[in-house]
Amino acid sequence: MRPRAAVLAEKALEAVIRLSGVSAIVFVAAIFFFVLREAAPVLFSEGFSLKQFLFSTEWYPTSATNVRYGTFALTVGTVSVTALAMVLAVPFGLGAAIYLSEFCSPRVRETLKVVIELLSAIPSVVWGFVGLTVMSKLIVSSTGAPVGVNVLNGGIILALMSVPVIVSIGEDALKAVPDSFREAGVALGATRWQLVYRVLLPAAKNGLLAAVLLGVGRAVGETMAVLMATGHAVHIPGSLLDSVRTLTANIAAELGEAPSGSDHYRVLFLTGTLLFLITLVVNLTADFVVRGIRRK
Amino acid sequence: MTRPRPQAPFRLSALALASALAVSACGGGGAKETKETKASRTVIQNKGSDTMVNVAQVWAEEYRKAAPDVEVEVSGGGSGVGIAALLKGAVDVANASRDLKPSEAEQALKNTGKSPVGFNVGSDALAVYVHKDNPITEITVEQLTELYAEGGKVTRWSELGVTIPGVKDDTIVRVSRQSSSGTYEFFREHALGNRDFRLGSRDLNGSKEVVELVGTTPTAIGYSGMGYATASVKMVPVAPKAGAPAVAPTIAAVHDKSYPLARSLHLYTLGEPEGAVKAYIDWILSPAGQRVVEDAGYVPVAAGAAEAPSAAPAATGTAQPKP
Repeated sequence: MRPRAAVLAEKALEAVIRLSGVSAIVFVAAIFFFVLREAAPVLFSEGFSLKQFLFSTEWYPTSATNVRYGTFALTVGTVSVTALAMVLAVPFGLGAAIYLSEFCSPRVRETLKVVIELLSAIPSVVWGFVGLTVMSKLIVSSTGAPVGVNVLNGGIILALMSVPVIVSIGEDALKAVPDSFREAGVALGATRWQLVYRVLLPAAKNGLLAAVLLGVGRAVGETMAVLMATGHAVHIPGSLLDSVRTLTANIAAELGEAPSGSDHYRVLFLTGTLLFLITLVVNLTADFVVRGIRRK
Repeated sequence: MTRPRPQAPFRLSALALASALAVSACGGGGAKETKETKASRTVIQNKGSDTMVNVAQVWAEEYRKAAPDVEVEVSGGGSGVGIAALLKGAVDVANASRDLKPSEAEQALKNTGKSPVGFNVGSDALAVYVHKDNPITEITVEQLTELYAEGGKVTRWSELGVTIPGVKDDTIVRVSRQSSSGTYEFFREHALGNRDFRLGSRDLNGSKEVVELVGTTPTAIGYSGMGYATASVKMVPVAPKAGAPAVAPTIAAVHDKSYPLARSLHLYTLGEPEGAVKAYIDWILSPAGQRVVEDAGYVPVAAGAAEAPSAAPAATGTAQPKP
C-alpha cells in the first residue's frame, strides 16, 4: 500500500493536467465568444446585410456618402495568396521532410534542422520587409510587372514562412513510421524510392496532412508580411501579378482608426469571425479526410 | 499513428495572449494623463498623422534639449488613428493632416466630457507624384477625379495624352493611402469632391511608401505630403480646373492659397492644454519649433498667424508663443 500523500499528489497532478487540457478548449471558446460579442450588434442592426458582407466586393468603410462593407474581394485575396503559398510550399516542404528523415546523414540532418528552426523564428515583419524591398524588385525585373507587391510576392513570402512548419511536422510524421515497415520493405527488395512512396508516404499520410494543414493555418492567419507584400488593393486578382488585400491585413490596417463601438469597428470583428470560421472549416475538412483515410 | 497535436505550444501562446491582454488593460488607463515616471520625467503621448510623423519626431528630439525633463513619445499610424486614440483619452496630443470632423468632436465630448482643441502648426501641399521619367507637365483636379474616383473613366496614360518612354502597357498604377490616413480623407474631399475612391488602387500604409513605390514604377501616380519628395519622383503642377493655369506645390503657392490641394497641419488636445502639454505646443509654435517644420519641407505658419491657433469645430485654443 502506497502512502496516502503520494496518492493525493498523483490525484492533484492528474487534475492539473486535465485542467491544462481542458483550458485549450476554454480559451478557444472564450476567444471566439469575445470576438463574436464585439461583432454581434452589427449583425442584427438595420441596414447591414450579411449577403452584402459575404458576397460584395465593395469595401468602403469610411465613405462620406455610402458606406458599404463587402469582404468578398478580401476573402478571394486571402484564398489566392494562401493557395499560391501552398502550391509552392507543399512540394518543397514535404520533399525536405522526406530528405531529412530518410536520405541524409545524421550530421547533415541535425544541421539542417537547426537552420530550419531558425527560419521559422524569423519575425513576420522581417519577411514583409524582404517582400517589400528585395522580392518586389526581383519580381519587377524578372516578370516586367508594373508593381512588385502582388499575389506572387505574398505567395512566395508565405511559402517561405510555411515551409519550416511543414518540414518539421512532416519529418516527425515520417519518423513515427515504425522501422519494421522499412525493414520489411528492404527485405522485399524495394529501392529507397519505392520504400518512400509505396510504404512511408501511405503510412505517414495523416501526419503529413496535418503538416500541410498547419502550413495552411500559418498562411491564412499571417498578417504583417502580407500587409507589406501584397500591395493592399481591394479587388479580385486577374493574374498572379495583381495586387490584392487579405482579410487579416485589412483588419490590421483599419482597426486602429475605427472608434470602438462604431459599425466599422464591429464589421472588422465580424471579419475576424469570418477568418475564424474559415480556419475551422479547413480543420474540420481535414479531420474528416483523415478519418476517411483511417477507415480505409 | 496519431496525428501530432500542437497542444502545448497553443496553450502557451494562449496564456501569453491572456497576460498580454491583462498588461495592456492595466496600461491603458495609465496613459490617460501625462504620467510621472520613476525618474520624475513627464511623458507626453503623441500619435497620429503619418505625414507629420517625421516632423513630430524632430520636435520631440529638439524639445528634449529645451526641456530635458519632458519626454515626448511619438508614433504614427495615420490621422484617423491619432484622433481615435485622442477620443479614447489614450494620448495627450493627436497629430492630424485633416480637420477634425464634427462627429469626432461630438464623440470626444461624449466619451471624455471635453471638447478637442486644435492648433494649426504648419501647412502642406498635398503633392501629386509621378515617376521622374513621366513626361506629364500638369494635371487638372477633374483629371484626378476621373483617375481616382469610383466610376471614373481614365485608366491609361494615353487617355491623358501622355506617352511614357519605354513602357508597353501604359495602364495607370494608382497608388493611394489606407483609410485611416488624413491625407486619404483630404484627397477624397478636395480632389474627388467627396466621391469614393475607385477600388483596386494600391493602398499603402505610409507617405514615404507611396513616394517610394511611385519612384520605382514608371506608370504609377500617387499623392503624398510635399515633404516626401525624392530624386526619383517628380511633383506634378495641379490646375484647379481645365484651362486654368497649373500651380506647382511650393511654399509660396501654399501661402497665397493658389495651390488647389494645400492643407493645414494640426495638433489636437482634449480640452485646453495644461502644464507640460501647453508648454510643448507653445514651443512648437515658437520660431524654434517652426524652423523644424520648414526643415522638414513643409510650410511654417506665417508670422503672426502662429499666435492664433486654428479653431476646432467645438472650441478655440489660446496658445501664446514663448517670448
